[in-house]
Amino acid sequence: MPRSRPLVLVVACALPALTGACGGGEAGDADELVVLAAASLTDAFGELGEVFEDQRGVAVTFSFGGSSSLREQILEGSPADVFASASPGPMADLVEAGAVGDPVTFATNRLQIVVPAGNPGGVRDLGDLARDELLVGRCAPEVPCGEVARRVLEEAGVDAAPDTEEPDVRALLVKVAEGELDAGLVYVTDVRSAGDRVEGIDLDEAGATTDYQMAVVAGSARSGLASEFVSLVRSRRGQQVLQSYGFSEP
Amino acid sequence: MNPSAPPPRREVRHRAPLVLVAPALLALGFLLLPLVGLLQRAPWSDLGPLLGEPIVTDALRLSVLSATAATVLSLAVGVPLAWLLARVPFRGRSVVRALVLLPMVLPPVVGGAALLFALGRRGLVGEPLHEATGFLLPYSTWGVVAANAFVAMPFLVVTVESGLRGADRRLEDAAATLGAGRWTVLRRVTLPGALPAVLAGAALCWARALGEFGATVTFAGNLQGRTQTLPLAVYLALESDREAAIALSLVLVAASLAVLIPLRDRWMR
Repeated sequence: MPRSRPLVLVVACALPALTGACGGGEAGDADELVVLAAASLTDAFGELGEVFEDQRGVAVTFSFGGSSSLREQILEGSPADVFASASPGPMADLVEAGAVGDPVTFATNRLQIVVPAGNPGGVRDLGDLARDELLVGRCAPEVPCGEVARRVLEEAGVDAAPDTEEPDVRALLVKVAEGELDAGLVYVTDVRSAGDRVEGIDLDEAGATTDYQMAVVAGSARSGLASEFVSLVRSRRGQQVLQSYGFSEP
Repeated sequence: MNPSAPPPRREVRHRAPLVLVAPALLALGFLLLPLVGLLQRAPWSDLGPLLGEPIVTDALRLSVLSATAATVLSLAVGVPLAWLLARVPFRGRSVVRALVLLPMVLPPVVGGAALLFALGRRGLVGEPLHEATGFLLPYSTWGVVAANAFVAMPFLVVTVESGLRGADRRLEDAAATLGAGRWTVLRRVTLPGALPAVLAGAALCWARALGEFGATVTFAGNLQGRTQTLPLAVYLALESDREAAIALSLVLVAASLAVLIPLRDRWMR
Protein backbone atom coordinates (compact mmCIF):
# COMPACT_ATOMS: atom_id res chain seq x y z
CA MET A 1 0.00 0.00 0.00
CA PRO A 2 2.56 2.60 -1.11
CA ARG A 3 0.19 5.45 -1.75
CA SER A 4 -2.56 5.49 0.80
CA ARG A 5 -5.42 7.90 0.92
CA PRO A 6 -5.49 9.20 4.44
CA LEU A 7 -8.35 11.57 3.73
CA VAL A 8 -10.90 8.79 3.42
CA LEU A 9 -9.63 7.39 6.65
CA VAL A 10 -9.78 10.62 8.56
CA VAL A 11 -13.33 11.41 7.52
CA ALA A 12 -14.44 7.96 8.57
CA CYS A 13 -12.78 8.41 11.95
CA ALA A 14 -13.76 12.01 12.56
CA LEU A 15 -17.49 11.96 11.96
CA PRO A 16 -18.49 9.86 14.99
CA ALA A 17 -16.29 12.08 17.13
CA LEU A 18 -17.91 15.22 15.73
CA THR A 19 -21.45 14.16 16.30
CA GLY A 20 -20.77 12.83 19.79
CA ALA A 21 -21.01 9.14 20.48
CA CYS A 22 -24.44 7.99 21.53
CA GLY A 23 -25.40 4.34 21.75
CA GLY A 24 -28.96 3.41 20.96
CA GLY A 25 -31.12 0.46 21.96
CA GLU A 26 -32.09 -1.93 19.20
CA ALA A 27 -35.57 -3.15 18.45
CA GLY A 28 -36.42 -6.13 20.64
CA ASP A 29 -37.93 -9.52 19.84
CA ALA A 30 -41.42 -10.41 20.94
CA ASP A 31 -40.19 -12.39 23.95
CA GLU A 32 -37.63 -10.05 25.38
CA LEU A 33 -37.97 -7.09 27.64
CA VAL A 34 -35.87 -3.98 26.93
CA VAL A 35 -34.86 -2.07 30.07
CA LEU A 36 -33.03 1.25 29.90
CA ALA A 37 -31.41 1.87 33.27
CA ALA A 38 -28.97 4.27 34.94
CA ALA A 39 -25.35 3.08 34.77
CA SER A 40 -25.16 2.78 38.58
CA LEU A 41 -27.76 -0.03 38.39
CA THR A 42 -25.58 -2.18 36.08
CA ASP A 43 -24.66 -4.88 38.60
CA ALA A 44 -27.89 -4.98 40.63
CA PHE A 45 -30.20 -5.02 37.59
CA GLY A 46 -27.98 -7.57 35.84
CA GLU A 47 -28.66 -9.93 38.73
CA LEU A 48 -32.38 -9.11 38.80
CA GLY A 49 -32.57 -9.70 35.05
CA GLU A 50 -31.41 -13.27 35.59
CA VAL A 51 -34.00 -13.73 38.33
CA PHE A 52 -36.69 -12.45 35.96
CA GLU A 53 -35.55 -14.78 33.18
CA ASP A 54 -35.69 -17.74 35.56
CA GLN A 55 -39.15 -16.80 36.80
CA ARG A 56 -40.80 -15.74 33.55
CA GLY A 57 -38.74 -17.36 30.79
CA VAL A 58 -38.39 -13.97 29.14
CA ALA A 59 -34.98 -12.57 28.30
CA VAL A 60 -34.21 -9.09 29.62
CA THR A 61 -32.00 -6.85 27.50
CA PHE A 62 -30.42 -3.96 29.37
CA SER A 63 -29.03 -0.74 28.04
CA PHE A 64 -27.16 1.05 30.81
CA GLY A 65 -26.14 4.68 30.49
CA GLY A 66 -26.42 8.15 31.97
CA SER A 67 -30.04 8.82 32.97
CA SER A 68 -30.12 11.99 30.87
CA SER A 69 -28.89 10.30 27.70
CA LEU A 70 -31.37 7.46 28.25
CA ARG A 71 -34.09 10.11 28.54
CA GLU A 72 -32.97 11.46 25.15
CA GLN A 73 -33.13 7.97 23.64
CA ILE A 74 -36.70 7.49 24.84
CA LEU A 75 -37.71 10.93 23.56
CA GLU A 76 -36.18 9.98 20.18
CA GLY A 77 -38.39 6.90 20.11
CA SER A 78 -35.87 4.15 20.92
CA PRO A 79 -37.83 0.96 21.55
CA ALA A 80 -37.88 0.33 25.30
CA ASP A 81 -40.26 -1.18 27.86
CA VAL A 82 -38.92 0.06 31.20
CA PHE A 83 -36.90 3.13 32.22
CA ALA A 84 -35.03 3.38 35.53
CA SER A 85 -33.55 6.77 36.38
CA ALA A 86 -30.87 7.68 38.94
CA SER A 87 -32.65 10.94 39.75
CA PRO A 88 -36.20 12.29 39.53
CA GLY A 89 -35.27 15.00 36.97
CA PRO A 90 -35.06 12.96 33.74
CA MET A 91 -38.13 10.96 34.81
CA ALA A 92 -40.15 14.13 35.39
CA ASP A 93 -39.29 15.33 31.88
CA LEU A 94 -40.54 12.06 30.39
CA VAL A 95 -43.75 12.13 32.45
CA GLU A 96 -44.39 15.65 31.22
CA ALA A 97 -43.81 14.54 27.62
CA GLY A 98 -46.23 11.63 28.10
CA ALA A 99 -43.44 9.19 27.23
CA VAL A 100 -43.74 7.04 30.37
CA GLY A 101 -46.42 5.91 32.82
CA ASP A 102 -46.58 6.76 36.54
CA PRO A 103 -43.09 6.51 38.09
CA VAL A 104 -42.36 4.77 41.41
CA THR A 105 -39.40 5.34 43.71
CA PHE A 106 -37.79 1.92 44.13
CA ALA A 107 -34.49 2.70 45.88
CA THR A 108 -32.31 5.47 47.24
CA ASN A 109 -28.61 6.06 47.02
CA ARG A 110 -26.35 8.38 49.00
CA LEU A 111 -23.41 10.48 48.00
CA GLN A 112 -20.14 9.74 49.79
CA ILE A 113 -16.66 11.24 49.72
CA VAL A 114 -14.47 8.71 47.97
CA VAL A 115 -10.70 8.64 48.55
CA PRO A 116 -7.97 6.26 47.34
CA ALA A 117 -7.14 3.36 49.69
CA GLY A 118 -5.10 4.69 52.60
CA ASN A 119 -6.55 8.18 52.15
CA PRO A 120 -3.22 9.81 51.12
CA GLY A 121 -4.77 13.29 51.20
CA GLY A 122 -5.97 12.88 54.80
CA VAL A 123 -9.54 13.85 53.88
CA ARG A 124 -12.04 13.78 56.77
CA ASP A 125 -15.06 15.82 55.74
CA LEU A 126 -16.51 18.02 53.02
CA GLY A 127 -14.50 21.00 54.25
CA ASP A 128 -11.30 19.24 53.19
CA LEU A 129 -12.47 19.33 49.57
CA ALA A 130 -11.70 23.06 49.57
CA ARG A 131 -8.02 22.45 50.38
CA ASP A 132 -5.93 23.85 47.54
CA GLU A 133 -3.15 21.26 47.62
CA LEU A 134 -5.56 18.37 47.02
CA LEU A 135 -6.72 17.17 43.60
CA VAL A 136 -10.50 16.98 43.86
CA GLY A 137 -13.05 15.83 41.28
CA ARG A 138 -16.79 15.67 41.03
CA CYS A 139 -19.38 14.97 38.36
CA ALA A 140 -20.27 17.69 35.85
CA PRO A 141 -23.37 19.69 36.88
CA GLU A 142 -25.18 18.38 33.77
CA VAL A 143 -25.36 14.81 35.14
CA PRO A 144 -27.28 13.65 38.27
CA CYS A 145 -24.27 12.91 40.50
CA GLY A 146 -22.97 16.42 39.77
CA GLU A 147 -26.35 17.91 40.61
CA VAL A 148 -26.39 16.12 43.98
CA ALA A 149 -22.76 17.10 44.64
CA ARG A 150 -23.54 20.76 44.10
CA ARG A 151 -26.59 20.52 46.36
CA VAL A 152 -24.58 18.89 49.15
CA LEU A 153 -21.69 21.38 48.95
CA GLU A 154 -24.15 24.27 49.02
CA GLU A 155 -25.92 22.77 52.04
CA ALA A 156 -22.59 22.40 53.85
CA GLY A 157 -21.50 25.89 52.82
CA VAL A 158 -18.28 24.57 51.27
CA ASP A 159 -16.87 26.50 48.33
CA ALA A 160 -14.67 23.88 46.70
CA ALA A 161 -13.33 24.53 43.22
CA PRO A 162 -12.88 21.11 41.56
CA ASP A 163 -9.89 20.18 39.41
CA THR A 164 -12.13 18.23 37.06
CA GLU A 165 -15.85 17.74 36.45
CA GLU A 166 -16.16 14.24 35.04
CA PRO A 167 -18.93 13.41 32.55
CA ASP A 168 -20.02 10.35 34.52
CA VAL A 169 -19.61 8.86 37.96
CA ARG A 170 -17.60 5.80 36.85
CA ALA A 171 -14.97 7.97 35.14
CA LEU A 172 -14.59 9.90 38.40
CA LEU A 173 -14.36 6.71 40.44
CA VAL A 174 -11.58 5.33 38.21
CA LYS A 175 -9.48 8.47 38.64
CA VAL A 176 -9.80 8.26 42.43
CA ALA A 177 -9.09 4.51 42.48
CA GLU A 178 -5.94 5.11 40.39
CA GLY A 179 -4.79 7.78 42.85
CA GLU A 180 -4.96 10.48 40.18
CA LEU A 181 -7.40 12.37 42.42
CA ASP A 182 -7.26 12.72 46.22
CA ALA A 183 -11.01 12.87 46.65
CA GLY A 184 -14.28 12.84 44.77
CA LEU A 185 -18.01 12.74 45.41
CA VAL A 186 -19.68 9.53 44.20
CA TYR A 187 -22.52 7.24 45.34
CA VAL A 188 -22.20 4.68 48.11
CA THR A 189 -22.89 1.96 45.52
CA ASP A 190 -19.92 3.10 43.42
CA VAL A 191 -17.61 3.06 46.44
CA ARG A 192 -18.74 -0.48 47.18
CA SER A 193 -18.23 -1.62 43.58
CA ALA A 194 -14.60 -0.43 43.60
CA GLY A 195 -13.77 -2.82 46.45
CA ASP A 196 -10.69 -2.14 48.58
CA ARG A 197 -9.06 0.21 46.08
CA VAL A 198 -11.03 3.10 47.60
CA GLU A 199 -12.53 4.18 50.92
CA GLY A 200 -15.85 5.94 51.47
CA ILE A 201 -16.57 8.70 53.98
CA ASP A 202 -20.21 9.21 55.02
CA LEU A 203 -21.91 12.58 54.67
CA ASP A 204 -24.44 13.96 57.17
CA GLU A 205 -26.12 16.34 54.73
CA ALA A 206 -29.76 15.51 54.00
CA GLY A 207 -29.34 16.48 50.36
CA ALA A 208 -26.86 13.64 49.83
CA THR A 209 -29.71 11.18 49.31
CA THR A 210 -31.15 10.74 45.85
CA ASP A 211 -34.26 8.85 44.73
CA TYR A 212 -34.15 6.19 42.00
CA GLN A 213 -37.37 5.98 40.03
CA MET A 214 -38.68 3.60 37.39
CA ALA A 215 -41.66 3.55 35.05
CA VAL A 216 -43.14 1.58 32.16
CA VAL A 217 -42.49 3.30 28.84
CA ALA A 218 -45.66 4.49 27.07
CA GLY A 219 -46.29 2.53 23.90
CA SER A 220 -44.46 -0.55 25.16
CA ALA A 221 -45.80 -3.60 23.34
CA ARG A 222 -45.09 -5.67 26.46
CA SER A 223 -46.44 -3.38 29.16
CA GLY A 224 -47.75 -6.35 31.19
CA LEU A 225 -44.32 -7.92 31.38
CA ALA A 226 -42.79 -4.49 31.98
CA SER A 227 -45.05 -4.00 35.04
CA GLU A 228 -44.02 -7.42 36.30
CA PHE A 229 -40.35 -6.42 36.10
CA VAL A 230 -41.13 -3.24 38.08
CA SER A 231 -42.92 -5.40 40.66
CA LEU A 232 -39.93 -7.73 40.90
CA VAL A 233 -37.62 -4.79 41.60
CA ARG A 234 -39.97 -3.57 44.36
CA SER A 235 -40.50 -7.03 45.85
CA ARG A 236 -38.66 -8.29 48.93
CA ARG A 237 -36.30 -10.28 46.71
CA GLY A 238 -35.61 -7.27 44.50
CA GLN A 239 -34.90 -5.02 47.48
CA GLN A 240 -32.51 -7.61 48.94
CA VAL A 241 -30.52 -7.67 45.71
CA LEU A 242 -30.44 -3.85 45.56
CA GLN A 243 -29.29 -3.62 49.18
CA SER A 244 -26.51 -6.11 48.58
CA TYR A 245 -25.07 -3.52 46.18
CA GLY A 246 -25.41 -0.64 48.65
CA PHE A 247 -28.81 0.82 47.73
CA SER A 248 -31.33 1.62 50.47
CA GLU A 249 -35.06 1.09 50.61
CA PRO A 250 -37.05 4.23 49.74
CA MET B 1 1.88 14.53 -3.03
CA ASN B 2 4.00 12.58 -5.48
CA PRO B 3 6.32 14.56 -7.74
CA SER B 4 7.52 11.47 -9.61
CA ALA B 5 4.03 10.48 -10.67
CA PRO B 6 3.20 10.88 -14.35
CA PRO B 7 1.44 14.13 -15.27
CA PRO B 8 -2.28 13.89 -14.47
CA ARG B 9 -4.13 12.09 -17.22
CA ARG B 10 -6.56 14.32 -19.10
CA GLU B 11 -10.00 13.48 -17.84
CA VAL B 12 -11.98 11.94 -20.63
CA ARG B 13 -15.64 12.68 -20.15
CA HIS B 14 -17.74 9.67 -20.69
CA ARG B 15 -20.61 8.26 -18.74
CA ALA B 16 -19.65 6.64 -15.48
CA PRO B 17 -20.81 3.03 -15.25
CA LEU B 18 -23.94 2.66 -13.17
CA VAL B 19 -22.50 -0.35 -11.38
CA LEU B 20 -20.03 2.02 -9.68
CA VAL B 21 -22.19 5.13 -9.42
CA ALA B 22 -25.00 3.42 -7.53
CA PRO B 23 -22.88 2.10 -4.60
CA ALA B 24 -20.87 5.33 -4.64
CA LEU B 25 -24.03 7.38 -4.15
CA LEU B 26 -25.12 4.96 -1.45
CA ALA B 27 -21.81 5.47 0.38
CA LEU B 28 -22.10 9.24 0.02
CA GLY B 29 -25.67 9.19 1.29
CA PHE B 30 -24.68 7.07 4.26
CA LEU B 31 -21.86 9.44 5.19
CA LEU B 32 -23.93 12.59 4.70
CA LEU B 33 -27.22 11.51 6.27
CA PRO B 34 -26.12 12.07 9.90
CA LEU B 35 -24.90 15.53 8.92
CA VAL B 36 -28.31 16.28 7.42
CA GLY B 37 -29.89 15.03 10.64
CA LEU B 38 -27.73 17.45 12.60
CA LEU B 39 -28.51 20.40 10.30
CA GLN B 40 -32.22 19.69 10.35
CA ARG B 41 -32.29 19.89 14.17
CA ALA B 42 -30.17 23.04 14.30
CA PRO B 43 -31.76 25.92 16.23
CA TRP B 44 -30.91 28.40 13.46
CA SER B 45 -32.73 31.40 14.96
CA ASP B 46 -31.08 31.04 18.38
CA LEU B 47 -27.66 30.22 16.98
CA GLY B 48 -26.17 33.66 17.58
CA PRO B 49 -26.94 33.91 21.31
CA LEU B 50 -26.08 30.22 21.88
CA LEU B 51 -22.65 30.63 20.29
CA GLY B 52 -22.00 33.73 22.39
CA GLU B 53 -22.35 31.84 25.70
CA PRO B 54 -19.10 31.82 27.74
CA ILE B 55 -19.14 28.01 27.89
CA VAL B 56 -19.07 27.94 24.06
CA THR B 57 -16.45 30.64 23.56
CA ASP B 58 -14.23 29.13 26.28
CA ALA B 59 -14.45 25.68 24.68
CA LEU B 60 -13.84 27.03 21.18
CA ARG B 61 -10.80 29.03 22.28
CA LEU B 62 -9.37 26.05 24.15
CA SER B 63 -10.04 23.67 21.25
CA VAL B 64 -8.34 25.86 18.66
CA LEU B 65 -5.44 26.57 21.02
CA SER B 66 -4.81 22.95 21.99
CA ALA B 67 -5.29 21.55 18.47
CA THR B 68 -2.83 24.14 17.14
CA ALA B 69 -0.29 23.43 19.90
CA ALA B 70 -0.63 19.69 19.28
CA THR B 71 -0.06 20.23 15.54
CA VAL B 72 3.04 22.38 16.14
CA LEU B 73 4.38 19.73 18.51
CA SER B 74 3.62 17.01 15.97
CA LEU B 75 5.38 18.94 13.22
CA ALA B 76 8.48 19.43 15.37
CA VAL B 77 8.95 15.74 16.16
CA GLY B 78 6.61 13.94 13.75
CA VAL B 79 8.24 15.11 10.49
CA PRO B 80 11.68 13.84 11.59
CA LEU B 81 10.03 10.56 12.60
CA ALA B 82 8.36 10.28 9.18
CA TRP B 83 11.72 10.96 7.51
CA LEU B 84 13.37 8.26 9.62
CA LEU B 85 10.68 5.72 8.69
CA ALA B 86 10.81 6.62 4.99
CA ARG B 87 14.54 7.00 4.47
CA VAL B 88 16.51 4.98 7.03
CA PRO B 89 16.29 1.21 6.75
CA PHE B 90 16.67 -0.45 10.14
CA ARG B 91 15.72 -3.72 11.73
CA GLY B 92 12.16 -3.83 12.96
CA ARG B 93 11.10 -0.80 10.96
CA SER B 94 7.71 -2.30 10.14
CA VAL B 95 7.11 -2.98 13.83
CA VAL B 96 8.04 0.61 14.71
CA ARG B 97 5.72 1.89 11.98
CA ALA B 98 2.84 -0.22 13.33
CA LEU B 99 3.50 1.08 16.85
CA VAL B 100 3.47 4.67 15.58
CA LEU B 101 0.12 4.11 13.86
CA LEU B 102 -1.42 2.37 16.89
CA PRO B 103 -3.01 5.53 18.38
CA MET B 104 -5.00 5.91 15.13
CA VAL B 105 -6.86 2.65 15.64
CA LEU B 106 -6.82 2.37 19.44
CA PRO B 107 -10.04 3.44 21.16
CA PRO B 108 -9.14 6.96 22.35
CA VAL B 109 -10.33 6.16 25.88
CA VAL B 110 -7.71 3.41 26.01
CA GLY B 111 -5.14 5.94 24.80
CA GLY B 112 -6.19 8.32 27.57
CA ALA B 113 -5.90 5.63 30.24
CA ALA B 114 -2.48 4.63 28.89
CA LEU B 115 -1.38 8.27 29.04
CA LEU B 116 -2.58 8.41 32.65
CA PHE B 117 -0.57 5.29 33.56
CA ALA B 118 2.51 6.84 31.92
CA LEU B 119 2.24 10.56 32.63
CA GLY B 120 -0.33 10.80 35.44
CA ARG B 121 0.49 11.68 39.04
CA ARG B 122 1.02 7.98 39.79
CA GLY B 123 2.37 7.26 36.30
CA LEU B 124 5.63 5.67 35.22
CA VAL B 125 7.20 8.98 34.21
CA GLY B 126 4.59 11.29 35.70
CA GLU B 127 5.26 10.35 39.34
CA PRO B 128 9.04 11.09 39.41
CA LEU B 129 8.40 14.20 37.33
CA HIS B 130 5.73 15.43 39.74
CA GLU B 131 7.88 14.71 42.78
CA ALA B 132 10.92 16.48 41.32
CA THR B 133 9.25 19.54 39.82
CA GLY B 134 5.63 19.64 40.99
CA PHE B 135 4.59 19.63 37.34
CA LEU B 136 1.38 17.76 36.56
CA LEU B 137 -0.05 17.18 33.07
CA PRO B 138 -3.56 15.91 33.96
CA TYR B 139 -6.19 18.57 34.72
CA SER B 140 -4.14 21.16 32.80
CA THR B 141 -4.35 22.57 29.27
CA TRP B 142 -0.97 20.91 28.59
CA GLY B 143 -2.64 17.62 29.36
CA VAL B 144 -5.20 18.37 26.63
CA VAL B 145 -2.36 19.16 24.22
CA ALA B 146 -0.64 15.88 25.14
CA ALA B 147 -3.81 13.85 24.58
CA ASN B 148 -4.44 15.62 21.25
CA ALA B 149 -0.88 15.07 20.06
CA PHE B 150 -0.94 11.40 21.06
CA VAL B 151 -4.06 10.71 19.00
CA ALA B 152 -3.43 13.08 16.06
CA MET B 153 0.33 12.88 15.43
CA PRO B 154 0.16 9.53 13.58
CA PHE B 155 -2.04 11.19 10.92
CA LEU B 156 0.82 13.61 10.23
CA VAL B 157 3.50 10.92 10.33
CA VAL B 158 1.69 8.55 7.96
CA THR B 159 0.94 11.33 5.46
CA VAL B 160 4.47 12.77 5.44
CA GLU B 161 6.05 9.32 5.28
CA SER B 162 3.97 8.33 2.27
CA GLY B 163 4.87 11.67 0.64
CA LEU B 164 8.58 11.05 1.21
CA ARG B 165 8.40 7.50 -0.09
CA GLY B 166 6.63 8.66 -3.22
CA ALA B 167 9.25 11.36 -3.87
CA ASP B 168 11.84 10.87 -6.61
CA ARG B 169 15.05 9.83 -4.84
CA ARG B 170 17.04 10.64 -8.00
CA LEU B 171 16.63 14.35 -7.29
CA GLU B 172 18.34 13.89 -3.93
CA ASP B 173 21.03 11.72 -5.51
CA ALA B 174 21.61 14.33 -8.23
CA ALA B 175 21.95 17.10 -5.64
CA ALA B 176 24.43 15.00 -3.67
CA THR B 177 26.42 14.22 -6.84
CA LEU B 178 26.59 17.94 -7.55
CA GLY B 179 28.25 18.43 -4.20
CA ALA B 180 25.40 19.29 -1.83
CA GLY B 181 25.93 18.08 1.74
CA ARG B 182 23.31 15.94 3.53
CA TRP B 183 21.86 18.92 5.38
CA THR B 184 21.60 20.97 2.18
CA VAL B 185 19.91 18.09 0.35
CA LEU B 186 17.40 17.74 3.18
CA ARG B 187 16.72 21.48 3.36
CA ARG B 188 16.75 22.35 -0.37
CA VAL B 189 15.46 19.17 -2.03
CA THR B 190 13.76 16.70 0.31
CA LEU B 191 11.69 19.05 2.45
CA PRO B 192 10.43 21.31 -0.37
CA GLY B 193 9.42 18.18 -2.27
CA ALA B 194 7.56 16.89 0.78
CA LEU B 195 5.90 20.22 1.58
CA PRO B 196 2.48 19.32 0.14
CA ALA B 197 2.48 16.14 2.22
CA VAL B 198 3.57 18.08 5.32
CA LEU B 199 0.76 20.59 4.83
CA ALA B 200 -1.79 17.84 4.21
CA GLY B 201 -0.54 15.94 7.26
CA ALA B 202 -0.69 19.05 9.43
CA ALA B 203 -4.27 19.74 8.31
CA LEU B 204 -5.38 16.17 9.04
CA CYS B 205 -3.59 16.27 12.38
CA TRP B 206 -5.24 19.57 13.35
CA ALA B 207 -8.72 18.40 12.34
CA ARG B 208 -8.32 15.13 14.24
CA ALA B 209 -7.05 16.98 17.32
CA LEU B 210 -10.02 19.35 17.14
CA GLY B 211 -12.45 16.43 17.34
CA GLU B 212 -10.57 14.57 20.08
CA PHE B 213 -12.79 13.42 22.94
CA GLY B 214 -11.96 10.11 24.61
CA ALA B 215 -8.26 10.52 25.33
CA THR B 216 -8.77 14.12 26.44
CA VAL B 217 -11.50 13.45 28.97
CA THR B 218 -9.77 10.35 30.34
CA PHE B 219 -6.33 11.91 30.68
CA ALA B 220 -6.94 15.63 31.21
CA GLY B 221 -10.43 15.63 32.76
CA ASN B 222 -13.09 18.24 32.12
CA LEU B 223 -13.15 21.79 33.47
CA GLN B 224 -14.52 24.84 31.69
CA GLY B 225 -11.77 27.19 30.53
CA ARG B 226 -8.94 24.80 31.42
CA THR B 227 -9.57 21.37 29.90
CA GLN B 228 -13.10 21.49 28.45
CA THR B 229 -12.70 21.39 24.65
CA LEU B 230 -15.60 21.62 22.18
CA PRO B 231 -16.22 17.86 21.93
CA LEU B 232 -16.38 17.61 25.74
CA ALA B 233 -18.77 20.56 25.89
CA VAL B 234 -20.93 18.92 23.19
CA TYR B 235 -21.05 15.63 25.10
CA LEU B 236 -22.13 17.31 28.33
CA ALA B 237 -24.55 19.66 26.59
CA LEU B 238 -26.28 16.60 25.09
CA GLU B 239 -27.14 15.64 28.67
CA SER B 240 -28.88 18.88 29.48
CA ASP B 241 -29.35 21.27 26.56
CA ARG B 242 -29.72 19.63 23.17
CA GLU B 243 -29.95 22.88 21.23
CA ALA B 244 -26.65 24.09 22.66
CA ALA B 245 -25.12 20.69 21.84
CA ILE B 246 -26.21 20.97 18.20
CA ALA B 247 -24.97 24.55 17.95
CA LEU B 248 -21.57 23.43 19.29
CA SER B 249 -21.50 20.51 16.86
CA LEU B 250 -22.10 22.87 13.95
CA VAL B 251 -19.04 24.88 15.00
CA LEU B 252 -16.95 21.70 14.99
CA VAL B 253 -18.29 20.61 11.60
CA ALA B 254 -17.65 24.04 10.09
CA ALA B 255 -14.10 24.27 11.46
CA SER B 256 -13.25 20.76 10.29
CA LEU B 257 -14.67 21.33 6.80
CA ALA B 258 -12.78 24.61 6.52
CA VAL B 259 -9.57 22.64 6.93
CA LEU B 260 -10.52 19.52 4.97
CA ILE B 261 -12.05 21.08 1.83
CA PRO B 262 -8.92 22.88 0.56
CA LEU B 263 -6.90 19.80 1.48
CA ARG B 264 -8.51 17.62 -1.13
CA ASP B 265 -7.81 19.69 -4.23
CA ARG B 266 -4.63 21.46 -3.40
CA TRP B 267 -2.55 18.87 -1.62
CA MET B 268 -3.96 15.48 -2.46
CA ARG B 269 -3.31 14.53 -6.01
